[in-house]
Amino acid sequence: MKTVKSQFKFKGGVHPDYNKELARNQPIEKLATPAELVISMSQHLGAPAKCLVKVGDFVKRGQLIGEKNGFISVCVRASADGKVKAIEKRLGPAGGMADAVILDTTAKEEALAEGTETPTPSAPKGPILPPLDWKTATKEELLKRVEEAGICGMGGAGFPTNVKLSPPPGKRCEYLILNGAECEPYLTADYRVMLERAPRIRLGVEIMRKILGMPAVRIAIEANKPEAIKAMEEAFADIEGNVEIVVLPVLYPQGSEKHQIYATVKRIVPEPPALPIDVGCVVENVGTVAAISDAVELGEPLLERVTTVSGDAVATPKNILAPCGTKYSDLVAFCGGEKIPPAKIISGGTMMGFAVSTLDIGTTKTTSGLLLLSPSRVFQYSSQACINCGRCLRACPMNLNPAEISKAMEADDVKTAEDAHVMTCIECGACSFGCPAYRTITQFCRRAKASIRARMAAERAAAQAAAEKEKQKAEGAKAN
Amino acid sequence: MVIAIVCIAGIGLVAAIALALADKYLAVREDPRIGMLTSVLPGANCGGCGFAGCDAYARALVAGTAPNGACAAGGDECAAAIAKILGVAAEATEKRVALVKCCGTRSEAIRIGDYNGICDCATAAMTAGGDKGCKYGCLGYGACANVCPKGAISVADGLAKVDKRLCIGCGKCVKVCPKKLIELVPASATIHVLCNNPDKGPNVRKVCGVGCMGCHLCEKNSGGKEAGHFTFQGFLAKVNYSNPPTDAMIVAKCPAKCMIEDAHFESGH
Repeated sequence: MKTVKSQFKFKGGVHPDYNKELARNQPIEKLATPAELVISMSQHLGAPAKCLVKVGDFVKRGQLIGEKNGFISVCVRASADGKVKAIEKRLGPAGGMADAVILDTTAKEEALAEGTETPTPSAPKGPILPPLDWKTATKEELLKRVEEAGICGMGGAGFPTNVKLSPPPGKRCEYLILNGAECEPYLTADYRVMLERAPRIRLGVEIMRKILGMPAVRIAIEANKPEAIKAMEEAFADIEGNVEIVVLPVLYPQGSEKHQIYATVKRIVPEPPALPIDVGCVVENVGTVAAISDAVELGEPLLERVTTVSGDAVATPKNILAPCGTKYSDLVAFCGGEKIPPAKIISGGTMMGFAVSTLDIGTTKTTSGLLLLSPSRVFQYSSQACINCGRCLRACPMNLNPAEISKAMEADDVKTAEDAHVMTCIECGACSFGCPAYRTITQFCRRAKASIRARMAAERAAAQAAAEKEKQKAEGAKAN
Repeated sequence: MVIAIVCIAGIGLVAAIALALADKYLAVREDPRIGMLTSVLPGANCGGCGFAGCDAYARALVAGTAPNGACAAGGDECAAAIAKILGVAAEATEKRVALVKCCGTRSEAIRIGDYNGICDCATAAMTAGGDKGCKYGCLGYGACANVCPKGAISVADGLAKVDKRLCIGCGKCVKVCPKKLIELVPASATIHVLCNNPDKGPNVRKVCGVGCMGCHLCEKNSGGKEAGHFTFQGFLAKVNYSNPPTDAMIVAKCPAKCMIEDAHFESGH
């Protein structure tokens, strides 16, 4: 085990104000189960889970309430005991509407007291899933555990972890990269996890190494987190095999999967649909790794996560360990409420997060932060015409031409945007960050990607329908 | 001089013969019905039938891959003409027009944030569901107005409205609306419910002053459930357009003021 400095700097990137000092020294605090949980069926990337409960049901902590629905999907478990109050479409942290189970965690005792429900003998306080010994368990058992624990990438995108850990035939994972960069301003959740849960991360790494067939391990941390580097060095001091801690230069978006792969092992992931596994890499967020060790060793599914609540409009910024589905309003209340009325609320970090207009949203497995910003931190702008300065080109870490894409999308010209490879855009926000004309370039890219995806989905559906028709025709001909 | 004239005339003659032969032997035989169909179609190239334009629809009709009656703009007259050319029976279709099922103007429906991004409904909807308090209502960024081939939709006071006289019922606005609140309704129907929010009354009231609360008064006043003029989705009344109500009295009695008698169709610009 050794610590090295990254020698490879990717092109582009920006230096936003990190503002991490607000919450970086706040130890992780556990939030008591709030009275109401809003558990979304779409906490991950891919198909939403299929809801298994109905209104009025009582659920136990850890009970499966959403079934994995397809290959790229993740199951959902109840984060607390309670009664299903409603199942309805709710606004998610990313702005989309998704089915959510509204859990009343106070209802249980009342109903039992009234005797309306047959009281189930309270299960002995034991692990939810049977703990596994990772040394003796087979690779398949470990993978199945990751799947049934409902683990998805906790960095933000929420890619199903069991899919990531099962490379397709013919592909081998050579490098397992631990993402501890946390380049988003304000957020310190991963940082605190690295400081406080270092042994769990180490165990998670050993389990993942076993699943992936002993790849080399690279632990990537930005240079502005020396304490985290030290904690990792201590935890991994006596590990065997090819393990290195790579100290990355401080540059946004260093935490992006593709840029991290470049900065640690100098490999370039080709355009989508290529995945990191195509260049022999698997990147996992440090929080996810800790969750894997919990799922295997303690039998504890992914039911809670650390979320940073920060910003200058919060009374006390904190890193909170809260059950998935905790409402934003409960998180803010736990931090002592609002210091001043916020001018902007952001779900996530300032660069890639989503502005939201209400605190009536439940956290998910991917909610890494909640920011409340005062009017002095929020700049009201009006978007102007592009002045062709080229700052976005220099800032873009994906070598795109954001100016061209934004101008094309202004004229609703999706084709030009597609030809300019907008699908490779990682929506990091570096282009909008430096734009002197305050253009909403990233939003244009998001819009282009959304319309291209919609078109692709329609084409796929049409092709499927045509194939179906063809098949029916052939069958009809055969019958005749 | 003479040589030049002879040469040019000779070249001309050879080219003329070549062209005449090409016309005879290399002609692309097109079904004459395509031309006839194109002439009876409206020629607006609105794309409402699902094809690239009137000519593409005509070709699809001749090829038998498109149904007659897909042209909403042409209506019955056009369908009858097409049927005559193709020698098939015409099915009577009723003229339909677009209806924006929302009446929450800026003064009635609250806005819960300042949306500062791209002026487009789909993009605004991607940003925390849009700045409107009601998650089902019209955002008013005019995606429908932008795709309307006839300029029949105008946006005023944060709300899109359709001009019934200009609307050809192509359905492009229906497809583009991210909130799915535009519906094609029979042009003959006069009473409409302009709300798309199926939530409970108090929740609707929190975000909009003119949202349907599902009180069923419209149903009671129009002859009860048996009359079948209305259906309910959650706490939202919906006009049953196969049996629309005609008594304007129910509009005045709607406590939520979300029912309107034909007035959603703005008269002119």
